[in-house]
Formats: sequence, C-alpha cells, structure tokens
Amino acid sequence: MEAQVVYIGLAALFGIFMAWGIGANDVANAMATSVGSKALTIKQAIVVAAVFEFLGAVLAGGAVTDTVRKGIVDSDLLAGSPELLVYGMLAALLAAGTWLFIASKNGWPVSTTHSIVGAIVGFAAVGIGVDAVQWGMVGEIVLSWVVSPLTAGFLAYLIYQSVQRLILRQEDPLAKAKRYVPVYIFLAAFTITLVTILKGLKHVGLTISLRDSYILAIAIAAGIAVIGALIIRRIQPDKKAEKNAHFYTVERVFGILMIVTACGMAFAHGSNDVANAIGPLAAVVSVAQTGVITAKSTLPIWVLALGGAGIVIGLATFGRHVIATVGKKITQLTPSRGFAAELAAATTIVIASGTGMPVSTTHTLVGAVLGVGIARGIEAIDLRVVARIFVSWVVTIPAGAFLAIVFFSIFKAILP
Amino acid sequence: MANVLANIFGSSPVRPLEKHIGIAFSCAKQLNAFFAAAIKGDWEKATAVRGEIERLEHKADDLKKEIRLGLPKSLFMPVPREDLLELLLVQDKIANRTRDVSGIVLGRRLPIPAEIADQFLEFVDRNVDAAKQARKSVRELDELFTTGFRGAEVALVTALIDKLDEIETDTDDKQAALRGAVYAIEDTLNPVDAVFMYQVIELTGEIADMAERVGRRLELLLSH
Repeated sequence: MEAQVVYIGLAALFGIFMAWGIGANDVANAMATSVGSKALTIKQAIVVAAVFEFLGAVLAGGAVTDTVRKGIVDSDLLAGSPELLVYGMLAALLAAGTWLFIASKNGWPVSTTHSIVGAIVGFAAVGIGVDAVQWGMVGEIVLSWVVSPLTAGFLAYLIYQSVQRLILRQEDPLAKAKRYVPVYIFLAAFTITLVTILKGLKHVGLTISLRDSYILAIAIAAGIAVIGALIIRRIQPDKKAEKNAHFYTVERVFGILMIVTACGMAFAHGSNDVANAIGPLAAVVSVAQTGVITAKSTLPIWVLALGGAGIVIGLATFGRHVIATVGKKITQLTPSRGFAAELAAATTIVIASGTGMPVSTTHTLVGAVLGVGIARGIEAIDLRVVARIFVSWVVTIPAGAFLAIVFFSIFKAILP
Repeated sequence: MANVLANIFGSSPVRPLEKHIGIAFSCAKQLNAFFAAAIKGDWEKATAVRGEIERLEHKADDLKKEIRLGLPKSLFMPVPREDLLELLLVQDKIANRTRDVSGIVLGRRLPIPAEIADQFLEFVDRNVDAAKQARKSVRELDELFTTGFRGAEVALVTALIDKLDEIETDTDDKQAALRGAVYAIEDTLNPVDAVFMYQVIELTGEIADMAERVGRRLELLLSH
C-alpha cells in the first residue's frame, strides 16, 4: 500500500516537473512569433497559450500518451514483475529530465520527445531484455521523427509559395492580403479542428460521425474566419510606416492570421508533448493501482489534465521570459512567413498526435522554417545549428537510454 | 536556455546593408558643403567638413567589417553570399572616393577657377544625386527579400536602377563639358593645379560611377 503511494507520488512529481519544463521552454515556439511581431502582448500570449495547450493536452493528447505508456514496452513480458515497469518509467522520467537539464546548460538543441522515448527503450532493452521492447512500434516512431520535419517543411514551402504568388508579388499586396488572408484563416482553423475531431476526441468519450465532423469543422472554421475578416477590415494603411517598409500594413493583416496559427501551434504542442511527461506517469499509476499490468487499461482523463496543468504552470512562470527572449531573436519570422511555418508545423503535429506518434514539436517547427527558407522566405538561416540538430538526434537516444539504465538499476536496488 | 527556433536564424545582412548605403550617401552628401567652402577659399570650413567626411567614412568601414564578419559560409540565404559582399564593396567605394577627392583638394588647398565654379558645383551635386538614387534602390532590399525577388517589387526596383543609369549618364556628360571648360582656361592656370583639377573632376565623377555599379550589383541579385 505504502509503496503504491510512493510510486505514484514520485511519478507525479517527476511528471509534473517534466511538464513544467516542456511548458516553460516550448511555449516560445508557438507564441514568440506573435509577440515578436506585436500581434499579441506577452500577457495575451500567455493566456492564449495556456488555454490552447491545456485543450490540446486534454482533447487530443490521449493517443500519443497511450503510445508512450504502453506502446513501446511489451507489458506481457512484465506481467510477473509489474514493479519493474514502475521503476523503469520512473527512471525514464528522471533520465529524460536530467538529459534535458544537461543539454540546456550546454545549449544543445535536444528534443524532449527523443529523450523520453530513448530513455524508455533504454531501460526496457537493457534493464529487462531486448524482447521487452516493441521494436515495430519503435521503428514507426523513429520513422515519424524523420517524416514530420520533412512533411512540415514541404507544407510550409507550398503555403509560403502561395502567399508569395497570391499576395506579396502582386501590384497591390494590401488589397490582395485583405481578400485572401481570411481564406487562410479558414483553412488553418478547418484543418486543425478537423484532424482533432477525427482523431483526437476518442479519449474524451466523444464520438462524432464522419459527416458531422466535417460539418462541425467547417462551421467552427467559418466562424473564426468571419471574425478574422471583420478585424482585418478595420486595419488601415499607415502611410508613415509604409515609407520605410512597404509591407508594414500587409504584415499587420497577416498578424491576425498568425494569432490563429499560434493557437493551433499551442494546441498541437499540448497534444503531442503532454505525453512526454504524462505517459510514464500513467503507466506507473495504472500498475500501482491495480498491481497488474493491463494492456487494455484506459487512460484516465485526470492524468491528461494534470499534464496540461503542469504545462500551463510552466509557461505562465518561466515561459514569459523565454517568449520575450526568443521573440527578439526571430524578427526574421515576420507574420507572412511565421504563419506559413506555424500552420505547416501545427498541421503535421496534430496529424501525428491523431495517429499516436510522439514527434519532436520543436524539430518539426524547424523543418517548417527551413521549408519557408527554401521558398526563399528567410533572409539568413544558420546551417551550423541545423547540423547540431542532426547531431543531437544521434546523441540523444543513447544518452537518454544510458541515463535510464543507470537510474533503473538504482531504483531496482533501493525501492520497495 | 537554448531555444532551437531562436538560434536557427543567422544575423541577416539586409538591414545592415541598408544602413551602410545610408552612411555612404551621408558621406557623399558632404561634398556639396565641402566644395562650396573650397571655392570660397574658406579652408577652415572645408577642414571641418572633411573631418565629418572622414568620420562617416570610418563608420562605413566599421559597419562593412561587421557585416563581413556576420556572413559566415554556413549561412543559407536566398541569394549568394558573394553577391551581397560585392554589393557592400561598391557601396563602400562611394564613401572612399568621397574621402579621396576631398583629401586631395584640402591637401593642396586646390584653387578652383571662378569661371567653372558654378558648373563644377552642379557636377558635384549631380554625383551626389546618383549616390542618393543608389541609396533609394538599396533600401528596397528588404522588400525584395520579402517577395523572393519576383513580382511587382522587381519592376519597381528596375525602374529605380534605370533612373540611376540616367543620372550617371548625365554626370558623364557634365564631366565631359567640365573638362572642356578647364581645357579652355588651361593656360591661365598653374600647370600642376591644372593637372590636379582634371584628377579631381575624374575622382568626383567616380562617385556616380560607383553608384551606378551599385545598381548593377542589385540587378545581378534580381536575376537570381
């Protein structure tokens, strides 16, 4: 009995700490562009992020969390000694947290998702046995790590090309922007809403028919687009500002769109990254409570809500500082470019969340930014950082695995 | 805290380049005041203006070094790095020529003949116009980047460069006329002064030449 409380308590502690870290660091990926281009104030950005990260975690985070908690480790093998799963998940959480701490101190661009998955594979493969890992699923996950940045990049390339052709290269870009941006708003809201409804709502207990899903998505998206169009209509050109930067007012119009995609990005991030903190916790909880490992156990919604809350606390406390800092450095990502990258990334991530694939939200966004860069939309991209990201891909998995094995051995020895 | 998104962006050369041409033009613009003072024989004023020219030329040099250092080979940009560096180089030459010509005139206390004074000032002014047009053109760089070097913006910049060519041709004509005018009064001048007079005319004319080359470099960027 007491052991159960200790395990759940520890898992919750580590899990919330992970969620806090995820919220603090990654919220900038979704909101910094809006704050940097003054489409939102920091206060507004925090509120928006809090709402949508939480919604994303609870409404759409279930599938990925399931993958992390029971898709990687073969629980049948552990039926005889369920406490091993508990030690392992605790070790994985601690390992991932430690690796992220080390990486951030050194400025390495590592991913929370890669860390936790590497840690879980590590403790299972070495701590228990090679057969304990469902290598098929692991293979799919690794493949998704390659596919997601590429897909986001390709989508961002297409979206930005369309923006250039339809709006930026035209004679009167402001008029074209006022005409087409509401359409982009509709598309952005529609895509994310639809994918969420189709794939993500199972864990909230809602099932909607295919036809109704489309209708609902269209309705919600149309509503948002109309509101957006009304706000855009009131934007007047600023003659003084236009003298130095012809596209000043055009970018303000895109700013409205970017708020929508920032919401989408926050939602997507919550849906995919909550699993990094909550997946292991959920595994520990279900084993500790029932004493058995049941592959069929459902994910309690309070676990997702706890993860969402942890993320919100993280972004509200430390996230402000990160948003402000990052917002100053990404001024190249003006709204016309930023929205293309965010929409591409958010769509890719939400689809991944829907299919239960834990992807790196940060690296997906970077892929999207590179896609805009290839469409000649970015003034200067530092390829050395891109190279460092590739290196971090290779290093993170063994590092996380190694740390998890170490902690696993320690826990096996000292915990009841 | 390392944020991947923030670090992905290298330092963009676009704003610094626009700032640099602004400094180069401010430098060239001083020539109007400089030559006005030189013609009047007010060498004290001329020295003060030349001090300002030197200060601006150093500022341009410092910015040039900064931009070069901020453009490592690892930077991925929509246009080749070399083209941007070449543009920077000719922009800087506008400031250099300004310094050179003012240095010679001040150093020799070169007397500019009253007969050609007005014509000469007009010539200087036209060269400064060329530098101004170059600045106007380069300031479109960030808009060019936004549109991916295609579309309506290209037509706009091409028109600006055409105007720049026109101004440069005008300075060529004025230069030829000025040389003719000096030739006509050559015998009345101190022979050494006369030779330096021709040199000063040529160096001043190079300011418009450099401005025109800025236009050429911009055209090259447009062709990508």
